Amino acid sequence: MNYHSYSKKKRASFSDTMLVLTILFLFVPLFVVTFFSFNSAKGMQWEHASLIWYKTLIFDSPSLWLAFKNSIIIALTSSITATVLGSLAAIGITWYRFKGRSYITTISYLPMVLPEVIIGISMLIFFSSVKIKLGMFTIFVAHATFNLPFVFMMVQARLDEFDYSTIEAARDLGANERQALMKVVVPAIMPAILSSFLMCTTMSLEDFVITFFVSGPGSGTLPLYVYSMIRYGVSPVINALSFVMILGTMLIAFTFRRFLKTAAAST
Amino acid sequence: MKGVEVTVDRVTRSYGDFKALDDVSVTIKRGEFFSLLGPSGCGKTTLLRIIAGFDYPDQGSVLFDNKDILPIPPDKRQSNTIFQTYALFPHLTVYENIAFPLRLRKLGKEEIDKRVKHYVHMVQLDDHLYKKPSMLSGGQKQRVAIARALINEPSVLLLDEPLSALDAKLRQNLLVELDDIHDKVGITFIYVTHDQSEALGVSDRIAVMDKGKILQIGSPYEIYEAPATRFVAQFIGETNIFSCTVLSCEPFENEYMIVVDVPALGTTINVPDLEPQEVGSKFDFTVRPEKIRVTLNPPRSTAAGLNVFKGVVEEPVYSGFQSKYYVRLDDIPTAPLMKAFKQHTAFLEDGPDIEWKDSVYLSWTAVDGYLVKDVDQ
Repeated sequence: MNYHSYSKKKRASFSDTMLVLTILFLFVPLFVVTFFSFNSAKGMQWEHASLIWYKTLIFDSPSLWLAFKNSIIIALTSSITATVLGSLAAIGITWYRFKGRSYITTISYLPMVLPEVIIGISMLIFFSSVKIKLGMFTIFVAHATFNLPFVFMMVQARLDEFDYSTIEAARDLGANERQALMKVVVPAIMPAILSSFLMCTTMSLEDFVITFFVSGPGSGTLPLYVYSMIRYGVSPVINALSFVMILGTMLIAFTFRRFLKTAAAST
Repeated sequence: MKGVEVTVDRVTRSYGDFKALDDVSVTIKRGEFFSLLGPSGCGKTTLLRIIAGFDYPDQGSVLFDNKDILPIPPDKRQSNTIFQTYALFPHLTVYENIAFPLRLRKLGKEEIDKRVKHYVHMVQLDDHLYKKPSMLSGGQKQRVAIARALINEPSVLLLDEPLSALDAKLRQNLLVELDDIHDKVGITFIYVTHDQSEALGVSDRIAVMDKGKILQIGSPYEIYEAPATRFVAQFIGETNIFSCTVLSCEPFENEYMIVVDVPALGTTINVPDLEPQEVGSKFDFTVRPEKIRVTLNPPRSTAAGLNVFKGVVEEPVYSGFQSKYYVRLDDIPTAPLMKAFKQHTAFLEDGPDIEWKDSVYLSWTAVDGYLVKDVDQ
């Protein structure tokens, strides 16, 4: 009896059931949010379809848009910083032998494994003890810090597969150290750099805990703003915002996947 | 003639306690195809990397045409390297890979195009110009690497086991092509390999290395026929080798006929040598398997100093053009099996005439044996 006839006999196997349940668990909440974002009433009672919350979201939520703008600024700046520093760190650690190399590697993973609350509190204590005013800058520093290990890890993984003799070949063929880096190493690890950049922006956009500790007045990001809105009752504007963000994320994710595929095919 | 003379003068390189190169000196002539041959870990790759500029000696110097090159970084040296792993740039096409050195030098577009096309044609990759390395076979990748290394018109081409990642047939073809390219460009080739058949086939001269030292430098013929040490004799080709002691030494024609006692064979053997050797001195006696005649009947030849042994074939290995016989000698069962190779020059309708467990005679004329200095161990 082969495997196929065996599985056909059963009505619904354990793995099928688990698959359906998992998918339901993951996606039903998203459908509920989407569904109620088109409800005209405020509560969980369906009245009739309407775009009123979208109208409120777009035209009548200035503080939400301010928080959104903050989020974007922080996400981009911290991701760029983390990506550049993390990539350089990975290249340095992989290819140069120096004292304390393994310690640096271990330490750089710390922000990734430590609980966010601890990072948040320690950053708060640090910033107040050196008298830096909490605000956009402190959020930027915090996000760049917790993003850095992810870049470091992803780029290093890519570098591990990378043949070092390629760099020697570049040097041998007349490239100086910087040319070898810019013309050979960076292009070859570009997919890892780009995906870690994207991961950084995502993590920065959604971070709540750390941001909560290091933000100051007027510097709240979108997650903080949403949280403060919920404290005064759930507004359907959040449903509308959620649906917009689901669409936006999906768009970015699919474009990036396609981009990565073409990039992967060309290397 | 193009190319430079490469002089390695008393170069030593240690990694911690491990001496990768131990006081190595060698002069490689202008335009020569020179091989560094040895087992892995013998220091041959370290020496190549020092010449290329990827590694530095603790002591000693490396000269190109009597000019010290050690202070020059690898990108400014007149040498280019072909790597074992090809080391192609994965994000660039074949064309861009080969054009890479020229673009660094900011040559004009047309000049680059002309040169790339020339070298691409030389390595027969005309149809693959716009493919990425990941789409090429191993042999094609190595051809790209060859073209890329030659396009800067270096004075020395360094080849670091360039064929070891390829299959046997392709290796033979590319080796012939490399030899051909060497004839065309006329520059100095320094070829690192652990494969003695590659080195014997194409080199003008070979340096056999072991444990960071050069044991012998010579033409392929000299290295094979007149190995300087036990290690060289065993590393190059196959051989029968035994410790021996000189019993007597008499002038014979223009040389000396030496009778040595070989304890492992329980008998004495006649072997000629160019030099007179002192009675009682220790040597290794060696005779190549293909020089030993394997016959079912006693040899009819009565040449002076013919060495004859009788034995039983323990292990016949048929490999098409030849058969290898591993023979246990009758009188001394404790002796190591003697290797004797027989070429099949005629059509064998019923298979080889000598088979497993046959009683055979092994014989070789004295001049086919050879005394080797016992200095390795």
